[in-house]
Amino acid sequence: MIYLTLAIEFFKIGLFSIGGGMATLPFLMDLTTRYDWFTASELTNMVAISESTPGPVGVNMATYAGYSAAGVPGAVVATLALTAPAIIIICIIAKFLENFNKNTTVKSVFYGIRPTVAALIGYAVFELLKIALITVSGGQIHLNYSGIILCAVTVAALQVKKIKAFHPVVMIAIGAGIGVLFKM
Amino acid sequence: MSIKKLAELYVSFFKIGGLTFGGGLAMLPMLQREIVTDRKWCTEEEILDMYAIGQCTPGIIAVNTATFVGFKQAGVIGGIAGTLGMISPSLIIICLIASILQNFINYPAVIHALSGIRIVVCGMMINTVFTMAKKGIVDKIGGALFVAAFILACFTPVPTALIIVCAGIAGVIVNKFGRRKGA
Repeated sequence: MIYLTLAIEFFKIGLFSIGGGMATLPFLMDLTTRYDWFTASELTNMVAISESTPGPVGVNMATYAGYSAAGVPGAVVATLALTAPAIIIICIIAKFLENFNKNTTVKSVFYGIRPTVAALIGYAVFELLKIALITVSGGQIHLNYSGIILCAVTVAALQVKKIKAFHPVVMIAIGAGIGVLFKM
Repeated sequence: MSIKKLAELYVSFFKIGGLTFGGGLAMLPMLQREIVTDRKWCTEEEILDMYAIGQCTPGIIAVNTATFVGFKQAGVIGGIAGTLGMISPSLIIICLIASILQNFINYPAVIHALSGIRIVVCGMMINTVFTMAKKGIVDKIGGALFVAAFILACFTPVPTALIIVCAGIAGVIVNKFGRRKGA
């Protein structure tokens, strides 16, 4: 019963991904190793499309992942399951806890969680980079040199304030152009 | 609570979800116009408070905000109406794009374009991780947690959720211990 599995997995993601849409990435990465719903390489496509379409990135990624797993019904199930924990938790907080974010225990918990979430996303990106830049065939390791250069240039360019202010769509369009131009 | 109110909540958040790219902070100006200025459902300060709460509760920040505004207006059903409005555009747009892309995925130009996109996206995500690490790591203990979480994720099968729960517990323990030492 794929819909039930999807619902459980995305409910879990909704419950544990704290700190914005990208926080769902390590969990989606984890799904690629346990199910054949989508590959890690397709996951990178999902990030690109989610960043360049309207709507919250985390919701877009869940919809896309659900669609890849089981079509439109899968997309609906995954997205609803992702939001269910938030609805429950926020309604409770709104009703009972004034000044929730000023509570010292809550602050302490986030003091620990914030660096960890950054590290977990870092791990997911590291895995995606390995897939995009390294191919192993016949026991030999091939490096995608043009890819490594493009990636380095992207990171360097994003240190420039003006470029950082570009909309992700612009960056993604440039990436597509370079990909076609150099037949990557 | 009236059907009209629920419909208004749905429509408002449908607009916000369908017209903003990126979610999170990118959504703030749109929220202010729709929720504060036009509908007068809450004040500027309340929106910012909701954002702060949205950032330290599980789930997508935009969804949390929609639930919060909806709940304040019309209880649990209002929260659900706001959230459904927020996610509806994503469902429609992403399903459309995904189905279209499936038909074109084998064209050479599309393959090359996606290869280029994937690498640029990786570069953008490296940058996101830098920014998050800079903001999230405030001292040496934070740095140690970052390294520990990275190593656990890379080299052990420890589930991601467990790492996050442990990090939260570690944060509480460290702060208790630190305060006692300071007193």
